Amino acid sequence: MKRIMEGSMAVAEAVKVCRPHVIAAYPITPQTHIVENLAQMVANGELKSEFVNVESEFGAASVVLGASAVGARTFSASSSQGLLLMGEVLFNIAGMRLPVVLACANRSVSAPINIWNDHQDAAALRDAGIIQFFAEDNQELHDLMIQAYRVAEDPEISLPCIVNLDGFILTHGFEPVEVCDQKLVDEFLPPYKPLNYLDVKNPMTFGALFEPTWYQETRYRIQETMEEAKPLIEGVSKDFEKTFGRFSGGLLEKYRMEDAESVFISMGSVVGTIKDAVDELRKGGEKAGVLKVRVFRPFPTEAIVEALSGVKNVVVMEKMISLGAGGILASEIKQAFYRNPQAPKVDNFIFGLGGRDIPLESIVEAYEKTKKQDNRDVFVDLRKEALEVDY
Amino acid sequence: MVDTAKKKEKPPVVESLLAPGHRACAGCGEALAARLIMDAAGSNTIVATTTGCLEVFSTPYPESAWKVAWIHSLFENSSAVAAGIEVGLRALGREAGINIIAQGGDGATADIGIGCLSGMFERGHNILYICYDNEAYMNTGVQRSGLTPFDSHTSTSPSGSVSWGNPTEKKPLPQIAAAHGIPYVAVATAGYPVDLQNKVKRALSIKGPKYLQVHVPCPLGWAHKPEDTIEIGRLAVLTGLYPIYEMENGEVTKVRKLGKKRLPVEAYLKPQGRFRHLFAKPEGKEEIKRIQKIADGNIERFGLV
Ligand SMILES: Cc1ncc(C[n+]2csc(CCOP(=O)(O)OP(=O)(O)O)c2C)c(N)n1
Ligand SMILES: [Mg+2]
Repeated sequence: MKRIMEGSMAVAEAVKVCRPHVIAAYPITPQTHIVENLAQMVANGELKSEFVNVESEFGAASVVLGASAVGARTFSASSSQGLLLMGEVLFNIAGMRLPVVLACANRSVSAPINIWNDHQDAAALRDAGIIQFFAEDNQELHDLMIQAYRVAEDPEISLPCIVNLDGFILTHGFEPVEVCDQKLVDEFLPPYKPLNYLDVKNPMTFGALFEPTWYQETRYRIQETMEEAKPLIEGVSKDFEKTFGRFSGGLLEKYRMEDAESVFISMGSVVGTIKDAVDELRKGGEKAGVLKVRVFRPFPTEAIVEALSGVKNVVVMEKMISLGAGGILASEIKQAFYRNPQAPKVDNFIFGLGGRDIPLESIVEAYEKTKKQDNRDVFVDLRKEALEVDY
Repeated sequence: MVDTAKKKEKPPVVESLLAPGHRACAGCGEALAARLIMDAAGSNTIVATTTGCLEVFSTPYPESAWKVAWIHSLFENSSAVAAGIEVGLRALGREAGINIIAQGGDGATADIGIGCLSGMFERGHNILYICYDNEAYMNTGVQRSGLTPFDSHTSTSPSGSVSWGNPTEKKPLPQIAAAHGIPYVAVATAGYPVDLQNKVKRALSIKGPKYLQVHVPCPLGWAHKPEDTIEIGRLAVLTGLYPIYEMENGEVTKVRKLGKKRLPVEAYLKPQGRFRHLFAKPEGKEEIKRIQKIADGNIERFGLV
């Protein structure tokens, strides 16, 4: 039975059925509802997790690190400044190969302070060795949370996962969600069995000093695992579909791409709006489609090249930018086609930063622009008045 | 033929939980204290350590000197990692009979990690936190910390023609710990090993958060002879500059009295290069007087004589 709930509750309900041993998180808008919901579930006795009220996000990440190292299943969540404050620990968690699962309520990064949505926080952690999912709606979000545990804890993977959900748009947006049944989740997600863990009966050293003769291979191994994670993520999605009768995973999602000549590429909730724009464009005779990047790390290079075979124009629309370089998703798409004679023309746009509204017309307008000129790192809907002030 | 009867008579080999062969400097007070602490705690212990000398000299992969379950994460989070270990074990039902020790240098404890440490105290985790106080950031080359003593020369509080070294006094960390309302706080030194081990055992017999600060002389950073480590540890106590005591539930319950053994601060300062500048100029006498005042204050406050 579907229930109407906001994204934060869809996350909390997913975490609940995954039965983590330890939850530690710290409030930050727009993530706060997630931990509030979980705290209430623990208070009501519905969820038997150790809920640790920490003094900072740095502390939260460190607590789940320690708990994961003794073999506990863990959860944390954050956003923006909080995610960055966790940053040092998150790199550490990845390097120690601990399968911590987090939710990130995507929000812009200060300054100027702004609590609204874009993907800059997640982008800042793209090189950390963390698997990153982006959800389009609350159902997908709920389902991805559960799949994230399976992926993270797979002994072949053993890496942290972040499930990204757009701040406010999903965190505070209400949609019908089918909550996964506990019995089925228990089948789909077996108890976490770590290969190594801190144990007085079998004492081991975790977090040793790696000199130059040893360190580089640890990075090689994570890179290798990221590659291996691609087919595994696809497999986990199929397993999920078998158990729950719903397909909501996989590296990519294709929308109206059968005969598409021009394809939008984007991530997160805005894909919904882009799908509507494509429907409009199709009504006008355009052969448009959408390719949704659901998994940002590992980056599905091969799957993207395959999905875009025969496509002439690609329009990358993203809510993040590497300042001084340009669109992040765009540059990764372009490099996927390096020296490929079938490479499509790639136009890229930056939009929706700091929660700037994205009307359907702006997406259509960007599409029209790609027909007239090359568009590289073009900001959508820049406001003249806002550019004129000295801030 | 093996003479089993004779073999039995041999004294048992005492194996330490911090194995020899690590890379600490000769005379390292931190290594000495760590070994004493681990042996007092016993093998049913899980240890979380911060980044610093102790971690670096003991775990050059693929070697490790630790015979207990041990983890190092970052410079400022051993208290929070230990908190995660504690709640994790509890959630898994594996916590019975296990000691959890979080430890770190003075920099990790008093400066960069004080937020996490305060959180660990406040939440009441059953963890013993040990601060190895070598009074500076030794691992990175002797920079000052919040626990560097007044007038000490360090690489970031150097003495010079217009400087007597570190301008601030030690942060009162044991008192800050006690102010959290935790059940046990103690100060010890590597110079009195039995006292140190007794405090570890006492701490581990108490449920809840505990704080133990251990004065650990550093021959390299303090510029004293490696063979003087124990002596320097004792002189710190006997001059009143590093009183060693215990507090239970906020009250001082035990102090090590000096009695007639009390010494002027020069006895502690003189053998250490980090205070050399105080003896190089006649005006240094005034500075030494100020240091004597700090010792006098401690002696009065803790009733050391
Ligand atoms: C966040 C961060 N900042 C700085 C450092 C560099 N660093 C490593 S150890 C250390 C000093 C350690 O001092 P202390 O905690 O007193 O331990 P000691 O080495 O003196 O035993 C510093 C500054 C680091 N590793 N991480
Ligand atoms: Mg130090």
